[in-house]
Amino acid sequence: MSADSNQDNVVRLHPGTGRNKSRIHTRGRQINLDSLTELRELIGDKPIQRDMLIEYLHLIQDNYGYLSAAHLAALAHEMNIPMAEVYECASFYAHFDIVKEGELPPVAVTVRVCDSLSCQLAGAEQLKAALEAGTDPSAVRILSAPCMGRCDTAPVAEVGHHHVDNADAGKILATIEAKHFHPDIPDYLGYDAYVADGGYDLLRKCLAGDYSWQDIQKVLADANLKGLGGAGFPTHMKWKFVRQEPKPRYLAINGDEGEPGTFKDRIYLESDPHRFIEGALISAWAVEAEAAYIYLRDEYPAAREILTAEIAKVEAAGLAPAGGIHLRRGAGAYICGEESAMIESLEGKPGMPRHRPPFVAQVGLFNRPTLVNNIETVFWIRTLMDKGADWFSSQGRNGSQGLRSFSVSGRVKNPGVKLAPAGITMQELMDEYCGGMADGHSFKGYLPGGASGGILPAGMADIPLDFGTLQPYGCFIGSAAVVVLSDQDNMRDVVVNLLKFFEDESCGQCTPCRVGTEKMVKLLQRPDWDKALLAQLSQTMCDASICGLGQAASNPITTLFKHFDADLIATDLSASAKPVPSVGDIT
Amino acid sequence: MSQDIINFKLDGESVTAKQGETIWQVAKRLGETIPHLCYTPEPGYRADGNCRACMVEIEGERVLAASCLRSPSEGMVVTSATSDRAQSSRKMVLELLVTDQPEREQSPDKSSHFWAMADLLAVDATVARFDTTVKPCADNSSVAMRVNLQACINCNLCVRACREVQVNDVIGMANRGADAKVVFDFDDPMGDSTCVNCGECVQACPTGALMPASVTSEEGVGDSADYDRKVDSVCQYCGVGCQLTYHVKDERIVYVEGRDGPANQNRLCVKGRFGSDYIHHGDRLTTPLIRLAGAKKGIHADFDPAKPLTHFREASWEEALDFAANGLTKIRDTQGKKFLAGFGSAKGSNEEAYLFQKLVRTGFGSNNVDHCTRLCHASSVMALLEGLGSGAVSASFMQAKNADVVVITGSNPTNNHPVAATFFKQAAKNGTKIIVLDPRGLAMKKYASHMIQFTPGSDVSFWNAIMNVIVTEELYNQDYIDSMTTGFDVVKEHVKRYTPEAMSPICGVDAELIREVARLYATADNAMIFWGMGVSQHVHGTDNCRAMISVALMTGQIGREGTGLHPLRGQNNVQGASDAGLIPMMYPDYKRVNVGSVKAMFEDLWGTELSDEPGLTVVETMNAIHDGTVTGMYVEGENPAMSDPDLHHARAALAMLQHLVVQDLYVTETAMYADVILPASAWPEKDGTASNTNRTVQMGRQAVKPPGDARQDWWIIQEIAKRMGLDWNYSHPKDVFAEMKLAMPSLNNLTWERLEKEHSVTYPCPAPDHPGNDIVFIDSFPIEGGRGKFVAVDIVEPDERPDDEYPVILTTGRQLEHWHTGSMTRRAPVLDALEPSAVATLNSAELAKVGAKAGDMIRVTTRRGSIELLAREDSDVPLGMVFIPFCYVEASANMLTNAALDPVGKIPEFKFCASRVERVS
Repeated sequence: MSADSNQDNVVRLHPGTGRNKSRIHTRGRQINLDSLTELRELIGDKPIQRDMLIEYLHLIQDNYGYLSAAHLAALAHEMNIPMAEVYECASFYAHFDIVKEGELPPVAVTVRVCDSLSCQLAGAEQLKAALEAGTDPSAVRILSAPCMGRCDTAPVAEVGHHHVDNADAGKILATIEAKHFHPDIPDYLGYDAYVADGGYDLLRKCLAGDYSWQDIQKVLADANLKGLGGAGFPTHMKWKFVRQEPKPRYLAINGDEGEPGTFKDRIYLESDPHRFIEGALISAWAVEAEAAYIYLRDEYPAAREILTAEIAKVEAAGLAPAGGIHLRRGAGAYICGEESAMIESLEGKPGMPRHRPPFVAQVGLFNRPTLVNNIETVFWIRTLMDKGADWFSSQGRNGSQGLRSFSVSGRVKNPGVKLAPAGITMQELMDEYCGGMADGHSFKGYLPGGASGGILPAGMADIPLDFGTLQPYGCFIGSAAVVVLSDQDNMRDVVVNLLKFFEDESCGQCTPCRVGTEKMVKLLQRPDWDKALLAQLSQTMCDASICGLGQAASNPITTLFKHFDADLIATDLSASAKPVPSVGDIT
Repeated sequence: MSQDIINFKLDGESVTAKQGETIWQVAKRLGETIPHLCYTPEPGYRADGNCRACMVEIEGERVLAASCLRSPSEGMVVTSATSDRAQSSRKMVLELLVTDQPEREQSPDKSSHFWAMADLLAVDATVARFDTTVKPCADNSSVAMRVNLQACINCNLCVRACREVQVNDVIGMANRGADAKVVFDFDDPMGDSTCVNCGECVQACPTGALMPASVTSEEGVGDSADYDRKVDSVCQYCGVGCQLTYHVKDERIVYVEGRDGPANQNRLCVKGRFGSDYIHHGDRLTTPLIRLAGAKKGIHADFDPAKPLTHFREASWEEALDFAANGLTKIRDTQGKKFLAGFGSAKGSNEEAYLFQKLVRTGFGSNNVDHCTRLCHASSVMALLEGLGSGAVSASFMQAKNADVVVITGSNPTNNHPVAATFFKQAAKNGTKIIVLDPRGLAMKKYASHMIQFTPGSDVSFWNAIMNVIVTEELYNQDYIDSMTTGFDVVKEHVKRYTPEAMSPICGVDAELIREVARLYATADNAMIFWGMGVSQHVHGTDNCRAMISVALMTGQIGREGTGLHPLRGQNNVQGASDAGLIPMMYPDYKRVNVGSVKAMFEDLWGTELSDEPGLTVVETMNAIHDGTVTGMYVEGENPAMSDPDLHHARAALAMLQHLVVQDLYVTETAMYADVILPASAWPEKDGTASNTNRTVQMGRQAVKPPGDARQDWWIIQEIAKRMGLDWNYSHPKDVFAEMKLAMPSLNNLTWERLEKEHSVTYPCPAPDHPGNDIVFIDSFPIEGGRGKFVAVDIVEPDERPDDEYPVILTTGRQLEHWHTGSMTRRAPVLDALEPSAVATLNSAELAKVGAKAGDMIRVTTRRGSIELLAREDSDVPLGMVFIPFCYVEASANMLTNAALDPVGKIPEFKFCASRVERVS
């Protein structure tokens, strides 16, 4: 019976059809032993931790220039997690290139051209086209990318990990030629200089018990320090809420400064990193955090180098909490600026915002109570203690208190970070701090709070800019990212640019945002706008999205309709009625 | 402070919620079905709140809330039906999703839940206000399922199905935003991925994006409502006993869905879900067949089981039954009652099993009745009967969820009890420590805290060492030992010399690891041991089980939630068949045939004299045929020509029989030796009860009629019985069940009517309205004296150990897709396509020793035979071992296996013999 049945042409003497061929391995992709060895060498002898998945992916991407299926399979094997779990994570983030069997890896040089609003206004589209024309695709790939946090030097492109400010094609080509792929590190106040100037005295006093956490909390309360990432939640109250929860607790600093138009955190990190670190460690101490995590967006490689070096010094000085200070990299996802998505990312997962309740103060990192703060918020702690709450709160304008770091970009003469009184109006900000409109541009409108905060016309430049003051107009200040528009800017192009940003950055979890942003872009690209349908769609996105991205994504269009002249809109629509050329694909 | 009742307002009415209820559940309870897509109220699925179709308005909150996720708090004011914001959001959500769907009439499931929700919200699919986006095209790479992601709404139910419910870990949600996509592994075609085809994703999918291939065409068009009737029944394959629903169209089973039974909670595996259409295979016997004079018996090249008329002729039932019965009667009356033997079926119903053993005992006149339990858990059952007084499990496998430590040994549950394995995997994700003890690395190791690949056949050395540690470190439960057991002191003394250091070289496990495991198990609040064929199919199988029983008794890890001893029963009704007395040494409910009072009771019940001599077991029967002391057999639903060890010997025996009656669905390998073949009913074609591994009796219902003139098994048995002089007049299986109750106290408080109504009842059952006891041995053991008995065991080595001529250990077992001898599953198109031919699995280094690699043909030889088959490599098979499934007749693994028997259980040592591997050039 045995030998005959193995021949192809014999009568079937067994119940099967014999039609298919049997597998000769276990199901699915097999582990490549060489790739496994390579991976183990890369990871070294550090223990494997689930939350380090994104860090491991960076290791592979940095070392090989992409993530091969073989290495990803080896990683899934080493971490004992499903292949799909590794793939979900790797494919979520824009900075990873997955290369499957038979696919070509990316070419040696990657140039990312920012196409967010300020850079778009400064000619990003033309820059990208010029670069595509001027480079060999077998050596250089040109990609679009979202806001890089350098809006005051627009247009910006990143060559490898080196950012070229006020870019033009010539500069970029020269950078490629020179193989300048690593970031330039700006001069900053180093550890010794910081300490010499009284740095870490406050932290030492806290750790020694010379201050109680309530002492610090009181100053923050008197100064009315609020979350400067955009949520505006009173910092002193956050401390209280987190302390109410059982230990272990964590501190997680949100360095995912991704709101288009925002760049203040980067400026502070690249100039005075220790003031930030000290503030973070005081916060950790205040809530008795087991460990401190700093989530830094991957678009800030210079800041990462700085922090890596400086954190080591702080740890060596014995100032870190028992569980250490962990600097973690983002991987190109704006949504990870949303605190619960950031926490998911810290846990090594795709940045999908969580449902609230419960809030992160109760259930946060590793499901533990977590204090989450923006970089700039904690940056202020030492200054407030040094100079006093009154110094801070006595400043302010038009009924507001305190100071605000405005990131100003767009059509002003002197863009940049402007530390100005909270409550200042757009007009005042432009005139007093930015040198007025850029030559040849007349003021048309402005974004008071980045892509999410809505758009206001020039005729409404007298509204105080602070937490709570813009809500009556359907806008908000958010991270105080102010982008100024001129008569040379078509409002359809502006709105489409912003909605495309949200479409690209949507995590994809919920219908109103995932499908809503995508459909809204298409509606906005139609020659004429269906105002009623846009309003209906906006309403659902506002009402039913899981997180702030979806809830705010329609703000550009709702505020445009609410505040801008109908004729102005009609003019801009017909001026751009042809199908808008795609601003570019994001990877 | 948690309250039991929460008062809140819903649409203006004052209502209450129980602690933990969500707004959606409260609304449902009160009569409103809030639209839902990504939420399913079915067991095992957490709410994910991503579709946003279930929005409600909560006073004081800026944005709407997902009612599937939110629990009300005291005084909350919720509006649902009366909220304009909620209503318009729900409708807009559906409209957005409908926009990118295929047209309903061209969609993969016209009757999907999604379309029902669109109808509920009055979304007009023909009006497209938004621009449509075309999404990825069809993936038809799977033989079992269709993937049409243009119908996908990213609800992630399939992700939860695969990662959290079945924990097969294949599906993910990749990319982000509008590019978010359901993927298999690394976005591989489903058929190329690690998917095991459990179909949970299909059952969970609300839109038809994932559908059975039997319902949706390759073009992506289908309709789940296209069937004539639904019949609720229970699966025919393994001892898990998943409840299911057959969907029948034009008298064929078109698809199967899981039902919410206690053992499966809507889950199925590839066999239960996609393997029922073996009943429609062209090889099905439709008329009785009588062997042509001179036609050579046996499995040989000129007999094609698909074309039996070369060796058989068709006959009427009258002629065939007369021929069958007369042949048996003649032997009984001229040679002697003991010259007959019968093998009944573990795949038939309880009623059929009971009738079959009654026929042998009252019609043949001996106790020569057995079934495949002999080849399976016979050793486990004997050890349990001896030690505890009952051979059945002490707790269901669902209790794993209540255990802190679960030991799985000699069992590969992800292959052979896939849905039971889902409970283990879920428990592991919830913190339960799983300790897997098996010579092979198993798929369960991904969820295990310990994967201990110990030396094959060394179980006793390992467990005695474990007991040594428990005794030495005084980790035993003295209170339990004192109140519930007897004989501890003997074992306590006995294990003293079985130190971890001394046993480590024998069992291949580090001494410190032995200590670690002993401590983990003994000090756990709740620990369970599950085992399978790796433990039982050895010449020391009974000893292996005695050792595990001792471990459980000395630590008191039995008789409570999350504790116990559970031999995972293989066949869908092996528990029931054994309970019904289909075994040679015991009557129904395990009363010994040689105990006078018991014999008298059955003589009274059955109205005839009975033999008090224990009968022949399966392998003993084959030996007796060779000796000439058994000459006639009746084999019903069993395939010893494939399942017996040492098949040369067994098949030769079958060929020697003067009269062999075979009752089955096809011309099985055993039927190739028959004098007469009687065409019978498949499980989906009959009404009857079956008892699963958890002691749960469940109702199987006829979904379709047997084909042609095939008849019900119970009817055929009765017709044979009548012709052998028995006055039987059963009119329906329920009559048989009623009689079984008279013979079997285990069925107290179970009735056919209860099972009809409730689908399942567990025994022992204390009251007519009680679901039955999951956990037994709570206060005592059903043994004389009421105390569990310790039995000391010594190391007995496997019978045929490797040597220079035969250096590789041959072990046999099963595959996920195939059932035992393959007669059913190789005729199920999906299962056959997934595993089409005979393979031997080895470590690639072991293959390299003989100059072979994966994909080569190899020859495996033992002292008993030689087969040639394809080599598959698997690094989880240790060096020095080859694994061969026994379902492929063209390379029958049992040609090679050793018929050495465990002295108590009489079970052959399938798991260990000495072989030689060579490459076929």
